[in-house]
Amino acid sequence: MIPPQFDYVRATSVEHALELLAEHGDDAKLLAGGHSLLPMMKIRLANPAVLIDIARIPDLSYVRDEGGTLAIGALTKHAMVASDPLVALNAPLLAHSAAQVGDPQIRNRGTIGGSLVHGDPAADLPMAVVALGVTLVVVGPSGRREVPVEDFFEGYFQTAVGEDELLVEIRVPSRPGVGWGYQKFVRRANDWAIVGVAAVGAGADAQVALGNMGNKALRASATEAALAAGASIADAAALADEGTEPQADMHADAEFRRHLVKVLTRRALESAAS
Amino acid sequence: MRTFRGAVKNNPMSILGTRVLRTEDPAFLTSGGVYMDDLVDERLTGSLYATFVRAPIAHARILDIDISAALQAPGVVAIYLSGDVPLADRRPPSPTFDKAMVQPLLAKGKVRYVGEPIAVVLTEEKYQGEDAAELVMVDYDALPAVVNPRLSADSVKLFDDAVSNQVGTFGSADDFDPDFFADCEVVFTHEIVNQRVAVASMEGRGGVSVWGEDGRLTAWISNQGAQGSKTALAAMIGIPADQVRVITPDVGGGFGAKFGADTEHGIISWASRELGRPVRWVETRYENLLGMTHGRDQVQTITIGGKRDGTILAYRLEVLQDVGAYPRIGAILPSLTRLMTPGTYSFKTESRATMVVTNKTPVGAYRGAGRPEATAAIERAVDFFALSVGVDSAEVRRKVLLPKFTEPHTTSTGAKYDSGDYETALNLACKSIGYDELRREQAERRARGDVKQLGIGVACYVEITGGGAESGAPHENATVEVHPDGTATILTGTSPHGQGHATAWAMLASDQLGIPIDKITLKWGDTDLIPEGGGTGGSRSLQQGGAAVQKASIELIELARERAAELLEANPEDLQMDTSIQGLKVAGSPGAQVTLAELAAKERLFVRSVFTAPGATFPFGAHIAVAEVDTETGHATLKRILAVDDAGTILNPLLFDGQRHGGIGQGAAQALLEEFVYDEDGNPLTASFADYPFLSATEVPSYELVTMETPTSYNPMGAKGVGEAGTIGSTPAVQNAVIDAVAHLGVRHIDMPTSAQRVWRAIEAAAAGGASASGGTVGSGGIASPDATATGIASHSTPDGKVSTPTSENEAI
Repeated sequence: MIPPQFDYVRATSVEHALELLAEHGDDAKLLAGGHSLLPMMKIRLANPAVLIDIARIPDLSYVRDEGGTLAIGALTKHAMVASDPLVALNAPLLAHSAAQVGDPQIRNRGTIGGSLVHGDPAADLPMAVVALGVTLVVVGPSGRREVPVEDFFEGYFQTAVGEDELLVEIRVPSRPGVGWGYQKFVRRANDWAIVGVAAVGAGADAQVALGNMGNKALRASATEAALAAGASIADAAALADEGTEPQADMHADAEFRRHLVKVLTRRALESAAS
Repeated sequence: MRTFRGAVKNNPMSILGTRVLRTEDPAFLTSGGVYMDDLVDERLTGSLYATFVRAPIAHARILDIDISAALQAPGVVAIYLSGDVPLADRRPPSPTFDKAMVQPLLAKGKVRYVGEPIAVVLTEEKYQGEDAAELVMVDYDALPAVVNPRLSADSVKLFDDAVSNQVGTFGSADDFDPDFFADCEVVFTHEIVNQRVAVASMEGRGGVSVWGEDGRLTAWISNQGAQGSKTALAAMIGIPADQVRVITPDVGGGFGAKFGADTEHGIISWASRELGRPVRWVETRYENLLGMTHGRDQVQTITIGGKRDGTILAYRLEVLQDVGAYPRIGAILPSLTRLMTPGTYSFKTESRATMVVTNKTPVGAYRGAGRPEATAAIERAVDFFALSVGVDSAEVRRKVLLPKFTEPHTTSTGAKYDSGDYETALNLACKSIGYDELRREQAERRARGDVKQLGIGVACYVEITGGGAESGAPHENATVEVHPDGTATILTGTSPHGQGHATAWAMLASDQLGIPIDKITLKWGDTDLIPEGGGTGGSRSLQQGGAAVQKASIELIELARERAAELLEANPEDLQMDTSIQGLKVAGSPGAQVTLAELAAKERLFVRSVFTAPGATFPFGAHIAVAEVDTETGHATLKRILAVDDAGTILNPLLFDGQRHGGIGQGAAQALLEEFVYDEDGNPLTASFADYPFLSATEVPSYELVTMETPTSYNPMGAKGVGEAGTIGSTPAVQNAVIDAVAHLGVRHIDMPTSAQRVWRAIEAAAAGGASASGGTVGSGGIASPDATATGIASHSTPDGKVSTPTSENEAI
């Protein structure tokens, strides 16, 4: 429960962080809230030689209304996302899912950017941002690029953010008044989802994302297509497991996860439609 | 106003029976406790830190251990392997067990469970230990892991010199009556699993050892009884017990797993002597979940028979206890399970138990220790019977509960129940929770076909408290001393670690002596100060340790009376104790008085007393749980839990309820969530709190606590123990509630923990083929599978109504 020895440097700006990443390469990990990385270091699953602390870089913690888009700084803490009135108005699903992350201590330390680049398929925020169709802004040596969320998650704990890059902003389409549903199936309130479903909109406009049904947060494509073709919620939800490859673990085998995701998708869609 | 029994109550405004706030809490809530890792003591200057290298594989021969790289790591002072440490192996805890099943302090030749200590690394600083331990290279030749206790007997032997993997037995199938179920119209049998759980006290294990210039060992150990730890530690390192002083710091929970001394304590003590420096060790949570003994882990086969009208006539319990890799106290506990086989009922019973080793963490005592297993088995069996014959589960119990008794009742298993009134407890529970109304709501939901169905789970229990004494009748000592400044000190052989003895023992002394409780100090857990004591476990402390404080206080008054008589030149019998002046006065002579403090100023005023009880006491009660099950997902939610607990006369309702709160939460967690899981290779899957779950405040309702007080005659206070009742009554109540919620769908059993997947599969299986129950596979990841034994022998009545009763054990199973 004591990490191996490592060096620690504090980045003072995005540019400084990029310089440090360039200098240390593979040996370095970025430290923000530390709520995923530090536990992994303590049980020696992660052994970075250098921690680059980006937590105090100014101006990466914000929620801004940019007319049709909410811009959220990568270092914005879950508690702030959960309570921000702009998020509540324009992307209530995101506010709700941020409020489901861990417990109050975690929400007051952990950051939205940190959770997304960690890329845990069972976590709350990945499935929320997939359902919301966000765009992620990444900076690196060659400048700034925007990554659509469909291209962002690549696999277990893997994202499109390169070794020399930094996620700086999450851009969320504003959809005030649009219905949403969020179903997180857990043993206990602060556990990771055994299966999760996030849904935004109804009918042909519905966007549905699934948590812990594969190696990354997934879109429920067959369900969305069925809804677009005019299927009922119940019929569309029955297709929710199509194209998924759920894992078996001690909480659920693949068959139970396939069953759960159908029930939860129906409930999320019913909630979004009401 | 609660009446307090016996001749010892001499104060009409007695503090006893009142809700006195815990005197311990201000310190805990402000400056905090001093736990093992907080300990600062000048004797510990220059301490080394011990880090244990632990087996990462469940079963293997050790081919080679290379410590050369680790010895070069920064801060490493020494590394010891099994051959370096000349301490005796630990013998099995009973002479009837296979003598070859000895536990080396460090793995010798083989490792037998993941987490077994192989080497100890001593470093200058704590943080250096884990880095160095990683550099200890061990070559293993893997052996097949024995994980399933059902297959253990026929699997590769853990101990080459043992006869088999069977540790021993209690009782035998040969003793079973072949006609045991002959008069039954229906007989049901089923295998149920009382799963393996982690003890997971908030503070893990730890110790510090240092040798003085006088050649004596001082060991701080996080324990439940310093005197027992002293004896165990002295035996482990082979020195006389009086050469060891054990000191107990604040202890963050034990639940039965911190009695005695663990192998790690023996090793750090030896290393401390070897290196001439103090050695500290505090385990990590990972080590705690693997290294501290686990609890429960019984596979139980229950067979229950009776009449179709719901009258149970006979019950048989067969226990297969998985003791883990080495027989520790967990190998003894099935004898207590057998002793408590009959529970609160009058029907005939028979039982046997077999204990086997597997490649898992050794099993020890865990809150209830053998008794919850008995209650869970019989309460599940009774409900299985009730559901199967279609008679209300409370009504089935009323037909066969032992009638109220005030003189001791001896069961067929030899348990001597001191007093009991089980039907009143059950009726009180039913009335308090609104049982009939709940059944109506359940019927309505069933009729509507609601997604969320209601389940009502009933459990009656009787258990054993205060039974533990290494030899002779259960007893405990206490010393009470009044000081010249009017304060008092109590020395106790109990060992509080959350129970509130400082408050309770002060109440008992204050009641006699009139000294305010905030002027009374309790001391425990230093074997030089208090050489004898039984510690705290088995719910024994108040009924023996508290009784000793009360006895010593009364005897102190008698001592004071003699001295006061001399001083005041009065007849002793004319002197009256007056608590309002904390002293004695001469009847009819105003002004002729002397305080205890004044007497203490002339000569030390103290008394040491031993209270000996006639035997164990048997608290009882009834718990009713209400669960809601989402029939689409299988998720079960505990909506209500009501507990009627009768542990005799209550000394302090606040402390009493505190014990119930913790126990009910812990017991409900076993029913709903907790399971220590191994994969088929013996790898632990729940070795962190990310994977090993507890109920949190979010998952439990407010507890509904109803009190009953049936005094025992075994001590002047009338008190029995309540420390473990919560884990005994609540577990089967909650499990029964979850099953009851889906019983109308055809489900008869779901193993603990009643996970969503198990509940869902049970519903699916019942719908698919009328399979009436779903059992889990033990230790294999908790994936439930339809269990053929569930229906195969579910009933021996034939379709034409002709009843065939089993004539042999084979037929019943």
